[in-house]
Amino acid sequence: MRESLLNWRDYRYLKASLLVLLASVAVYASQHFGQLTQPPNGGTWQGYVLGTAGALLIVWLSLLGLRKRRYRSNLGTVQGWASAHVYLGTMLLVIATLHCALQFGFNVHTLAYVLMCLVIFSGFYGLYAYLHLPGRVVALEAGVAQEDRMEELARVDVRIREASSRCDANLQSLVISALDLTRVGGSAWQQLMARDRSRVTVPGGREQQARTVSNSGQAVVIEHLSSRIPDARKQSEAEVLNELLALFGRRQVLLQQLRREVQLRGLLKIWLYFHIPLTMALLVALLVHILSVFIYW
Amino acid sequence: MGERLHIAIVGAGPAGLSAAGRAAHHDREQGRSTPSYVLLEGFSTFAKTIQKYQKGKHVMDEPGFLDLRSPVPFVAGKREEILGAWDESIRAGLNIRYNAEVVAIAGTRGDFTLTLQDGDTLQAENVVLSIGTQGNPRALGVKGDAESDFVRYTLDDPAEFQQETIVVVGAGDAAIENAIALSDYNTVYIINRRGEFSRAKDGNLNAVLAAINDKERPFHCRYEANVAGLELPAAAGEMGAIVLNTPSGEERIACHRIIARLGTVPPRKFVESCGIEINSPAADAVPDVDRHYQSNVPGLYIIGALGGYPLIKQAMNQGYDVVEFIHGKDIKPADYPLLQEQFSGLPYVMDAEAVLDLYQSRIPMFRRMNPLAFRELIIESRILVSLPPAEYAQAPQKGERSTVFIPAGEPVYRHGEFSTSFYTLVEGTVELQLEPGGPWHSIKPGQFFGEMSLISGRPRQGDAVVSEDAILIETPRRIMVKLMNSNEEVRRGIDLIFIVRALQAAFRPQLGLQELSAIASRVDTCRFNAGEALFTEGEEGDCLHLIRSGTVVLSRGSDRLVVAQHHSGDLVGQMALMGSPRRRDTATAAVRTETLKLYRDEFLALVGSQPEHVATLQNRLSRLLQQTNAMASQPEAGRAIAFLMDQGLGEATNALVIDETLCVGCDNCERACAETHGGISRLNRAAGPSFAHLHVPISCRHCELPHCMKDCPPDAIRRSADGEVFITDSCIGCGNCETNCPYNAIKLSYPAPPKPGLLSWILFGRGSGPGQPETFEPSAKDKERGKKAVKCDACMGQAGGPACVRACPTGAARRLSPDEFVQLVEAR
Ligand SMILES: Cc1cc2nc3c(=O)[nH]c(=O)nc-3n(C[C@H](O)[C@H](O)[C@H](O)COP(=O)(O)OP(=O)(O)OC[C@H]3O[C@@H](n4cnc5c(N)ncnc54)[C@H](O)[C@@H]3O)c2cc1C
Ligand code: HEM
Ligand code: SF4
Ligand code: SF4
Repeated sequence: MRESLLNWRDYRYLKASLLVLLASVAVYASQHFGQLTQPPNGGTWQGYVLGTAGALLIVWLSLLGLRKRRYRSNLGTVQGWASAHVYLGTMLLVIATLHCALQFGFNVHTLAYVLMCLVIFSGFYGLYAYLHLPGRVVALEAGVAQEDRMEELARVDVRIREASSRCDANLQSLVISALDLTRVGGSAWQQLMARDRSRVTVPGGREQQARTVSNSGQAVVIEHLSSRIPDARKQSEAEVLNELLALFGRRQVLLQQLRREVQLRGLLKIWLYFHIPLTMALLVALLVHILSVFIYW
Repeated sequence: MGERLHIAIVGAGPAGLSAAGRAAHHDREQGRSTPSYVLLEGFSTFAKTIQKYQKGKHVMDEPGFLDLRSPVPFVAGKREEILGAWDESIRAGLNIRYNAEVVAIAGTRGDFTLTLQDGDTLQAENVVLSIGTQGNPRALGVKGDAESDFVRYTLDDPAEFQQETIVVVGAGDAAIENAIALSDYNTVYIINRRGEFSRAKDGNLNAVLAAINDKERPFHCRYEANVAGLELPAAAGEMGAIVLNTPSGEERIACHRIIARLGTVPPRKFVESCGIEINSPAADAVPDVDRHYQSNVPGLYIIGALGGYPLIKQAMNQGYDVVEFIHGKDIKPADYPLLQEQFSGLPYVMDAEAVLDLYQSRIPMFRRMNPLAFRELIIESRILVSLPPAEYAQAPQKGERSTVFIPAGEPVYRHGEFSTSFYTLVEGTVELQLEPGGPWHSIKPGQFFGEMSLISGRPRQGDAVVSEDAILIETPRRIMVKLMNSNEEVRRGIDLIFIVRALQAAFRPQLGLQELSAIASRVDTCRFNAGEALFTEGEEGDCLHLIRSGTVVLSRGSDRLVVAQHHSGDLVGQMALMGSPRRRDTATAAVRTETLKLYRDEFLALVGSQPEHVATLQNRLSRLLQQTNAMASQPEAGRAIAFLMDQGLGEATNALVIDETLCVGCDNCERACAETHGGISRLNRAAGPSFAHLHVPISCRHCELPHCMKDCPPDAIRRSADGEVFITDSCIGCGNCETNCPYNAIKLSYPAPPKPGLLSWILFGRGSGPGQPETFEPSAKDKERGKKAVKCDACMGQAGGPACVRACPTGAARRLSPDEFVQLVEAR
């Protein structure tokens, strides 16, 4: 059985975190027994226990960033750490909530709580991504590496250029502009959106000006080519058009796969750009939270 | 034709230069005014092999334990410094003749005639052949094909030429790489004698076809074209032309330059044409010489790389020694003190040369070997002496090159250990097991053991326990392979015992050695290249195969579903002799494989002598059938195994495989590798093929018989007892291993600059962060030292195992041996 983050060593950390869950609920519940001097909150001894546990947990969760880069470390494996991180990180949500007993306000304490939730929820997304996206990339790649796909695209483009030199000037400029104005990748946002921003310049006729329009999915070129084939006067012309049509068909597929792949790989990484900075912010807010509690004691 | 010389030295490499220097010394001592020797060099300058090293290469003076003995200086340093020092020695008065390629040597001691390429002849009493092994480039074979500015046989720097028309002749990797590089700035024609580029590597094949089809690139190809003639340029700077025979008639291409890359002619033919015998057909076989480097032709001596000594210092020492021998001085060779040291711990006091003679006479297999080869074997071996445990505890261990003491009653090797050295017993006894838990066999003086792992590369099977007062010679695999390749008698001797012991291990026959040897001599050894079939499904079988080395894959059905893989020591096809003769599977060699083929008679003779063991064999067979059946019902798993085998993982012992459904592409594995290995990652995660969710990245697999170890001049690549193949500091950066590894797992690199600590990177952003820096400028000192080969060492010596695996956050990266592949693919 292959071990993912979840079932690592037979769900060792799921079991551990369930114990943590029981313990923290027990601690919380103990506030309701005996004399109730104040409602459950962070200030009772139970609140202090939960708070200390939560703070330590946050520090430990953050230490994953260090452990991950201590490549010589023999303190478990990174996979084991990550598995524990995921389960105990989730438990943190419970512990912290029990610690504050849902007393919110517009203050640094609640800010720390909100930041923590953001880190945790970005972590949930990350976990989802780690578990599901690699499989989708594999299915998409179907054994062909991204570089090979790029190379095939380059070869297709060379052949398109070559074939288009046998066409009339108008068609040639349309085809070449479709190649030149094809867009893959771009900024991080554009990569994640994977929207096809390719364009094409349709040459002007006698009345019309040349204009540049969206060529999403290479649709404009493909449509143009397919509509010209029935009109072709010469055998040779029809042949070139058919060849171009086939090439653009392949190009369409390749581009789509590339965009999707870039998108998936982006989705696999993007969340860490939230998870880590938010962790930093959380650590600062946590420090302020703890200091202020002691100062206003 | 002048007077007869005392010595003619052919080839002015390090060996030849040193010999000439010593000969000049004798001339001076005798007060001669004209030299009694000549040094003939085919090239336009001396030491062609070293001249062809890359500029600025750091030349090492391995082996460190050997002292230099030569009038010509040599210490480790830059190529330029070494060549400069040699140039000075030549200027100081060596009688050297350039552009004097010797094409024929006839005669015998006292009366040799040497013919030069230009037809000139020379007479000499003795000839020293020191032409190295690099060979000379194959010429175009038409008039005017001598190396010139117009016709070249090498290309150092493609950027040297611009705006020219250049014709590249040849269709191998060198021709393709040169042609493509030249076509950046020149118009290039590549001339292929055949209709396709079948000799090239895949990458080059694709590149050349792409270049030919690329309309933008001035790159043209002529297929099925032979060079018919040359028109040399009338004056320097003008164009010449090449005339081709093509299927469509004669074609003339005007050009500025012709670069011919037609491979090299190995020197073997020339050597044999001088009357020298080379006794083995193996490509790396070396001619036999006696203790004085004399070949079977009296008066004709062979030294240096040609004689099988691949390092500069050895070559130079031999140059000195051979001249002394020719002058009748029976000096002790430079390695005499080494031998003395090796024998220093023997229980008796005796001169090293005498011990050498004694040991050679004691070992039947080595008795008829030539004494120089035996000497070399001992120098490269370790002498082991066993002591009773109490004495052993007090015995001084004096280092690698001295006698090595081992405790009596303990194993010299244990079951499962990765070592491939070969042991010869000189005194005492050794108790040997051929499989774990198997019966013990006694080894007597003069006999040898360890040939199983030597031949198959697999870990040791069973223990070998040494008695008190035993003396053993432990010889590294590399030396044994060299010996087996040049000495038929040794090869046959080892092969026979290998077969006998393999049969003993497989069938445990109750037969005497005589009978067994008789059976063994009737067993055929078969060789299969990767992809070749041992037998095919459906055919009638009358034999079984016992795998000697390599891996065999069993597959079934028209789509070749893999149902099992077998390694050395395993039986394949035994069903034909134990059940029904019809083959149920096709057996294919996954990598280069050798098997022992056994027919029914031999099989029955073997098992008939030991009926109890038949039950064991039958049990094994039925377990095997269960396994193959389980695999056959999982076609997905079968296809995945087939893919892994296609990637050459059949010969792996420890391979990195990534489960793509878990891999998030974070490259933490690569970073971990770089961080734990001096800043240079030894694996390339993204590269390499994938199939069915399995990805085989470019990374060392620690092959059973590592290809990389094959031609390493200083023997820098070693295997640890746990199986890791690693490179030691003695690497000289020659690049042979990089070329020899079929899996691209080795690269040459400068060391990466050191980095600030992790925290200062995290907190202050200092340095380049974890992982291999994308670019770095090597320090002046590192540049001086030159690049060295780097590869994965499976994190040998690091607690916790491979860093790549420990660093993978998702468990995608795993290191596996072929036995574990089944679990990997079955699990899904
Ligand atoms: C890339 C590379 C790096 C290496 N680095 C090192 C290192 O760092 N340290 C080290 O110790 N070793 C190194 N070696 C090995 C070393 O170069 C050889 O062991 C050494 O050159 C052998 O010397 P030699 O004199 O036997 O032969 P060579 O040096 O090969 O010399 C033979 C000479 O004979 C000439 N010749 C050939 N045929 C004829 C003929 N028919 N007539 C006349 N002349 C002829 C050739 O032109 C040549 O000059 C390296 C090898 C290579 C390929
Ligand atoms: C307050 C709580 C948390 C903190 C402070 C925290 C902090 C961190 C840090 C510092 C890293 C290291 C990132 C890197 O260096 O690459 C990390 C990684 C990660 N976190 Fe969290 N995390 C928290 C909660 C969670 C939760 C609840 C989950 C999921 C359920 C989660 C999932 C992950 C995953 C999957 C990784 C990537 C592991 C890797 O690539 O090595 N985290 N987290
Ligand atoms: S470097 Fe190459 S040849 Fe050597 S053991 Fe590794 S994979 Fe095999
Ligand atoms: S460390 Fe693991 S997940 Fe990251 S790239 Fe390597 S194999 Fe993939």
